[in-house]
Parts: sequence; C-alpha cells; structure tokens
Amino acid sequence: MGKLTWAAIPLDNPIQMGASVFVMVFIGSVLAIVTFKGWWKYLWSEWLTTTDHKRVGVMYVLLALLMLLRGFVDAIMMRSQLAIAAGSAPGYLPPEHYDQIFSAHGTIMIFFMAMPFMVGLMNFVVPLQLGVRDVAFPVLNAVSFWLTATGALLVNVSLVIGEFARTGWLAYPPLSELQFSPGVGVDYYLWSLQIAGVGTLLSGINLVTTILKLRAPGMGYMRMPVFCWTALASNLLIVAAFPILTATLGMLLLDRYIGAHFFTNDGGGNAMLYFNLIWAWGHPEVYILILPAFGVFSEVIATFTGKALFGYRSMVMATMAICILSFMVWLHHFFTMGAGANVNAFFGIMTMIIAIPTGVKVFNWLFTLYGGRVRFEVPVLWAIGFMVTFVIGGLTGVLMAVPPADFVLHNSVFLVAHFHNVIIGGVLFGAMAGYNYWFPKVFGFTLDKRLGQLSFWCWLIGFYVAFMPLYVLGLFGMTRRMQHYANTEWQPYLIVAEAGAILILCGILATIAQLVVSIRSRARRRDLTGDPWDGRTLEWSTTSPPPRYNFAVMPRVESQDAFAHMKETGTAGVFPEKYESIELPGNSPNGFVTAFFAVITGFALIWHIWWMAILGILCALLTLLAFGWIERINVEISGEELARDARARMPKVEPV
Amino acid sequence: MIDSVRHSSTEDLAPGDRQSHSASIAAYTVGLGFALLLTAASFIVSQAHLLWEPGVAVGLAVLAIAQMGVHLVFFLHLNSGPDNTNNVLALAFGILIVTLVVSGSLWIMANLNGNMIPHSVLMEMQR
Amino acid sequence: MSASASEIGVPTAIAAFGGDGPAPVRIVVGYGFWIFLLSDIIMFSALFAAYAVLSGQTDGGPTPHSLFELKHVAIETLCLLFSSYTCGLGSLFIERRRLKLFFILFAATFALGAIFLSLEFSEFAGMLAQGAGPSRSAFLSSFFSLVGLHGAHVTVGLLWLAFMMAQVAAQGPRAYVLRRILCFSLFWHALDIIWVAVMSLVYLMGARI
Repeated sequence: MGKLTWAAIPLDNPIQMGASVFVMVFIGSVLAIVTFKGWWKYLWSEWLTTTDHKRVGVMYVLLALLMLLRGFVDAIMMRSQLAIAAGSAPGYLPPEHYDQIFSAHGTIMIFFMAMPFMVGLMNFVVPLQLGVRDVAFPVLNAVSFWLTATGALLVNVSLVIGEFARTGWLAYPPLSELQFSPGVGVDYYLWSLQIAGVGTLLSGINLVTTILKLRAPGMGYMRMPVFCWTALASNLLIVAAFPILTATLGMLLLDRYIGAHFFTNDGGGNAMLYFNLIWAWGHPEVYILILPAFGVFSEVIATFTGKALFGYRSMVMATMAICILSFMVWLHHFFTMGAGANVNAFFGIMTMIIAIPTGVKVFNWLFTLYGGRVRFEVPVLWAIGFMVTFVIGGLTGVLMAVPPADFVLHNSVFLVAHFHNVIIGGVLFGAMAGYNYWFPKVFGFTLDKRLGQLSFWCWLIGFYVAFMPLYVLGLFGMTRRMQHYANTEWQPYLIVAEAGAILILCGILATIAQLVVSIRSRARRRDLTGDPWDGRTLEWSTTSPPPRYNFAVMPRVESQDAFAHMKETGTAGVFPEKYESIELPGNSPNGFVTAFFAVITGFALIWHIWWMAILGILCALLTLLAFGWIERINVEISGEELARDARARMPKVEPV
Repeated sequence: MIDSVRHSSTEDLAPGDRQSHSASIAAYTVGLGFALLLTAASFIVSQAHLLWEPGVAVGLAVLAIAQMGVHLVFFLHLNSGPDNTNNVLALAFGILIVTLVVSGSLWIMANLNGNMIPHSVLMEMQR
Repeated sequence: MSASASEIGVPTAIAAFGGDGPAPVRIVVGYGFWIFLLSDIIMFSALFAAYAVLSGQTDGGPTPHSLFELKHVAIETLCLLFSSYTCGLGSLFIERRRLKLFFILFAATFALGAIFLSLEFSEFAGMLAQGAGPSRSAFLSSFFSLVGLHGAHVTVGLLWLAFMMAQVAAQGPRAYVLRRILCFSLFWHALDIIWVAVMSLVYLMGARI
C-alpha cells in the first residue's frame, strides 16, 4: 500500500480527530437520509449524471458553500490561536498543525470556494443570458465539475488520512521540496490542485466557446450583457493561465517524485523560477475571480436602478484591458526577490496602470446609481458594500505596487489585510450578491430579505473589524503565518480581529438561516412571473426555475438589455404561434465515473500506491474510450410537448 | 443546433477547415516544401559558420517563427479572411500570452541572476 | 429596428455585429478544440521558459553539446513533417469519402509517428545509460520534461489516431467522426509547431553550446 499505514490516521490529535468524526457523521447521516428516503434514483438521474448547465452550476455553488464553511472553520481557528498566543502563552494549536491550517485555508478558499462559486454562477447564468439552451459541450461541463469536486474531496481527505501541506497556499520551494517536506501533505496539495485545475481549464474552454460561438440570433458582441463580457474575459484568463499552473506544479511534482532539479537547492535548480511561474498564473487568477464579480455588480446595479448600465462600451473595454494587463504585473508578488530597479519599476508601473480600468468601472457603477431610483434589495446592499470596501482594498494594493513600500510591507499582515480586503470585499461580496440576485431564478422562490440584510451587515462590519487591525499590525511589523508572537502590544488588535471573525460567523449563520427559512416558507415566496426584480437581461424572460431547455423558442435579440427592450416594445411573454422540436443533450455518467477514477488515481499517487495508480489511470482511459466509441444521442422534445409545457408554465409578464 | 457537416455557414469557419477543396492537396504540398526548406536552413545556420556568431540565435529564432507561420497557413489553413477572424484573434491572444510568459520569465530571471549571488554559490557560502 | 434607449452610444450596425445566432456544431467543436490547443501551447511555453532559464545549469554534468545527436534530430523532424503531410491529406480524403486513401494515409501517419517515438525513446535510453537522467542536473530535468511532454503528446496522438481509424472502419464517416478527425488533425499539426520550437531552441541552439 505504498506509504499508507494505520499511523496515517491522526488518532493523537483531538482537534483533527474531532473534525474528522464530525465530517464523517455528517456525510454518513446525509447518505443515510438519502437511502432511507429512497432518493438515490432521483439523485443519480437528476443530479449526478446531469449535463444541464443549470444543475451543474447549482452543484458548483453548493460545493463552494460547503467549502466556505470548511475554510471559515480554519480561519476562526487561526484567529482564536492568535488572540491568545501572545508572550508566554503558547495557544492551543501546535506550530505544525497551525501551518497546515493556514495552508488549507488559503487553498480551500481560493480553489474550492471562490473558484467554484464564480464558475457556478457563470455556468448557470451565461447560457441563459445569451439566450441559448446549454453550454457548447454539456458533457464536458459535467466532467469539469466532477474533477473540481475530486480536488475538493482529496483536500478534505487529508484531514482524516495523513496531513496537509505546511507550506502556505502556494507551496513555495525549497520548503515544499521532498528534502524539507517529506510527508504526504504537499502531495495532497499538488494532486488535488492538478485534478481540479484540469476541471477548471475544461470549463474555461467550454464557456469561452459558448460565449463566442453560441448566442441567440441578434445577440451581437456589443449586445451581450456585461456579465457575459466579464465571464468571457475571466474564462480567457482561465484558458491562458491554468496551463501555466499545471506546468509549474508538474515540475514540482517531478522534483518530488523522480528527483528532478527544477527548484531544488542542489543540482542547479532555481527556486525563484517557481515564484516566477506560479505568479504568472497567480496574478491572472486574481482577475479570474474578480472579473465575474464585476459582472454581477454591473447586472445588479443596472437592474435595481431600473436604468441601462452607464458607459457600456467603456465597461467592455475596461474588462478586456484588465484581461490583457493582468498578464503583465505578476512580479509585484515578489518585488523583494532581488531583481533590479528596472524590472521592479516596470512591474510596479504596470500594476498602477491596471487600477485605471478598474477605476473606470467604479465610476460607471456610480454614474448608473446617480439619478436612479435605487431599490435597496439585498443584492444592492452587497454591491454598495463592495464599492466602498473594494476601493479601500484597491488603494492599499496601489500602495504596495510601489516597490520601496513593498519592501517594508512584504509578507506582513498588511498584505494579508489587503488581499482579504479585495477578495472578501470583491469576490465574496460579488458571489453573495449573485447568490441573492439569481436565487429566485434558480429555484423559483425568493430569499428572505431581513435575514439577507442581517447577513450582509454582519459580513460588512465583521470584515472591517477583523481586517482593519491587521493593516495596523502590518505597519507595526507583524509578519504573516506566525503561530505565536512575543510582542504583547499586538494582542489587543488581534482580539479585536477575533471579534470581527465572530461577526463574520454570525453573517454565515444568517446566510444559512436565510436559506432554511426561505425553503420552509417557499410556498408563499413562489415567484410566478419569472421576473421578480424587473430584470433587463434574457434570463428573466423565461420561467423560474427555467425548463431544461431554457427557452422553448430561441429569443430574438434586438437591443442591449434584450428583455428590458422586449418589455418596452411589448414583445415579452408573447406566445409564438408554432413550436418547433428541439434537441437536447441527454444525461451522461461520464463526469461521475471519471471523477471516481480520478479520486482513486489521485489518492494512489499521493500515497505512492503504484499498482492502484496504474489501475486508476487504465480505468479512466477505458472510460474515455468507451464513451468516445458510443455516439451520443440527443433527446428530442417535440413541438407539441413544448407548447403544452409552455402553457403549463405560462410566464405572467405584464408588458409595460 | 443543426448538425451541418461542411460549410453550412458563410460567416464562419472551423479552425483547420479550408475554403476550397481543389487547392488543398497543392497547399499541403507547397507547405511541406516550405517547411522542409526552412528546416534545412535551420540546420545549416546552426552547423555551418554562415552567420556572425551572436547572430545565430536570432537567425534560428527567425527561421523557427517563419516555419511556424508556414504550418499555420498551409497545414492549419489560417488566413486573414473574415470568416477566420475568431480563430485568428484566439491565436493572437495565445501568442501574446506565450510571448509575455517566455520573455517575461527570461527577463526576470536574467535580471535576478545578474543582481544576486548564484544560488549554488550562496549554498556553498552557508556551509 | 432603431436603437432603443438602452443602446445609446453604440450604432445598431456595430451592436448587431456577430448576431447570426448559434454556430453549427462542426464550428463549435473545432473552435473549442482550437482554444484547448492554445492552452496546451501555453503549457508548453512555461516549460520552454523553464528550459531557457535552466539550460545552462548543468551542475558539472553533461552539457547539451555533448549529448545531442543532430542526425537523430533531423530524422525525427522529417518523420514529423511528413506525418503532418499525410495526416492533412488523409483528413482531406475522408471528407471526400475516399476511405481507402484515408486509411493508407493515416496508417502512414501512424508509422511515421511511431518511428519518431522509437527514435526519441532510444535517445532517452542512451542518455539514461550514460547517467544523464532527469535527476542529474537542472538542465537535464528541464530537457526531459519538455521533450518528454512533447513525446507524451505524440503517444496520446497515436492512441487517438488508432482509435479514429477503428471508429471510421466500424462506423463509417459519420458527422461526429469527421469532427473528431478535424480535431485530431489540428492536434497533430500543433504538435509539429511545438516540435519546430523544440528543434530550434533545444537541439540546434544546444548543439552549439
């Protein structure tokens, strides 16, 4: 069994064992309920084998929400440790465990929370906004999701069997080399990211192709909703950046598995090459996350002010400018490595330049709000909270783009505060805005408003309370990734930060409560119009939840904000005289089966169980060949069936 | 979605699809000829002392890029026609990223090596 | 249809550009695969960057000059160039439903690819026998991974090629089979483009150092 022995299960660590037992009991009870209620057949045919982009999107978001909980538990553990571990007090977490926690927190929050959340929203919304019936490659879409889920599963298996990396979320060598990290932690990190990375890449290819090649008739490029533009930019970045990640992690894997010398201290290796390559992926990654969030805010602000977005063209241009510029700034993550003034100056200036298109966007949102009748629904709260918070985070970013300033602040908790400021204030607020905005479209009933507001305020205030002290501490000279500190003057700030984390916990609990309350009272929250917010884009022109085929008749687009235009001209909600039959992709177990073998292969490679790895790869290959051999048959839906379905659904849209 | 086998749309072309059938065998043959010539030129430039010594790298790079262009035009049928816009734009984006990654890495790493003690020497000093 | 209030600032002709509705399946599939190939080339570019940075780091071990056999490389290059030619013609003939010619040309492609692989394999085996394996120095690590990754792509290509020939034999030139052959020939030509870079940067430059 390779390196795997019974000693891999951390029986001596009560926290880890407690968490494992809790997770296993949770999974066990979910499986028991499913079995008891006889839901397996439903689950298999409606979810596990689905190729419907909407269902795949929902599964992505569900994964993201679960991983948000896992990542947040890590976060609050770290904050609690730092609130007490001052001076002579050692705290409750030993260093080697603390190191695993901050590595897992970063890895999970970026790769398995933020990424799936954004990919999920794009998956659900983009085909609907484009007025088409699915993404370009529906089966591949399911495969992408299941590979991402495989990565998430492997990271969480490390909690129970073995250990996770102690290297930070980017596993810098030489620390992550075999010489200094001989355990399986780094291997868990590497293989889960490799597998999830393939999934992300495939979904990027899928969405780029969808946006560029599948749009409803009349949906010219300059009529696409801004969310589609930001999704296009984000997915182009996925296609361009993730291969670099795969190659870089691949090189580190070769160092660890066959004794190669890419990044080692001996043999001529160069650890800085890893820094260079990983950030050539890492910086675009930041924009992969934030661009869709920008798109969400654009949609939300336009909808709830009842106006077309101010400066559509400048928005599109700013998005594409960010897409290109994001590939020219990566060195600002390692100004201190010792490059010359010319290199540092170039990348510093490029970093400041990227603030310009971002500023354009902020002004566009402001000018859209100006003079509009803003309806303060929950998504708008997130959007406005974002605008304030993100500008502060952006400013501290521009501050650190000045290389001499970065020499002072590098690897301090000032940096930690900065990127949480943009990622919580930007990506997470965007995800929550999108979640509240599109939830009625996904499930056909609205979310509770009061609990949504509570969640927002807890998150917003909690964020400031938790991270503003870290800015101060960073200027005091506190470095990141410390498990314990001698300077007791820092302790009050860290206790305040802990209080902020508890406020954020309240925000998460409010989100869960919002979901539970809304589901229980769904009967009276039912949205029968399909258009609860008076939306402007095509996803609101179909029923909620949309039928499998999204649109019985492909909409004809004659303007930007196509649905708003239809409502103005009275062409919305008009039944066509005749329905033509359509073809849809059927279910496919391809994704689930592939993921099953990917889990086996990944686990075997982590533990050096070579026979199992070969078996897993062979099975995956056979699966691929078998699915490739059989011609996929599309499901046909006849015109009569569509007409019957349409009458039953009957969207109740009143032309304005 | 209608499954059209070939050229159903006049607006668009799949990458690798060619516009006219008759020219294709000729195009492949011409492309092969160009590719062989350029390969031969590369080998000659690298082995014979035709070019000024420091210019060899540039010469090889120019020949390699020319040959990639030949492959793109004659084998992958990429051209400047309007139906190819999307394919060419995607390629341009890819080339931009490749250029940025490769040249950026070389610049950064060369600059680092110029400014810092080589890693191996540093390790020796720490012994 | 005149531009509505929400389309101010964008002339209708520009706004409607690209609004021809969904593209046919063949174009969608070909385009998706094209994007995949670009991502693949970007992955190679990271390895090229690593090779360019590390190729001087021989750690006292063998240098590129002492290891590379240019005669070998020339034969490998010819194999790949001619295989691209046969592959292109083969995909041309299957679209004209000339199945026999298709099989002959694709079999030739397979044979040429297999010769390439066996040459590469013997080169690697020879280097390993001299103690010049990937764990010898940073230069050799980056050499083996860059050239090896290309070789791995060729191996996958050969598997795919055999699969496509079997599928054409069993199922005939159906639309979805033809789409896959389009993708395969894109893949095979792209491998050639990468090989041109490998040949120039790794072998021809390396043989001078």
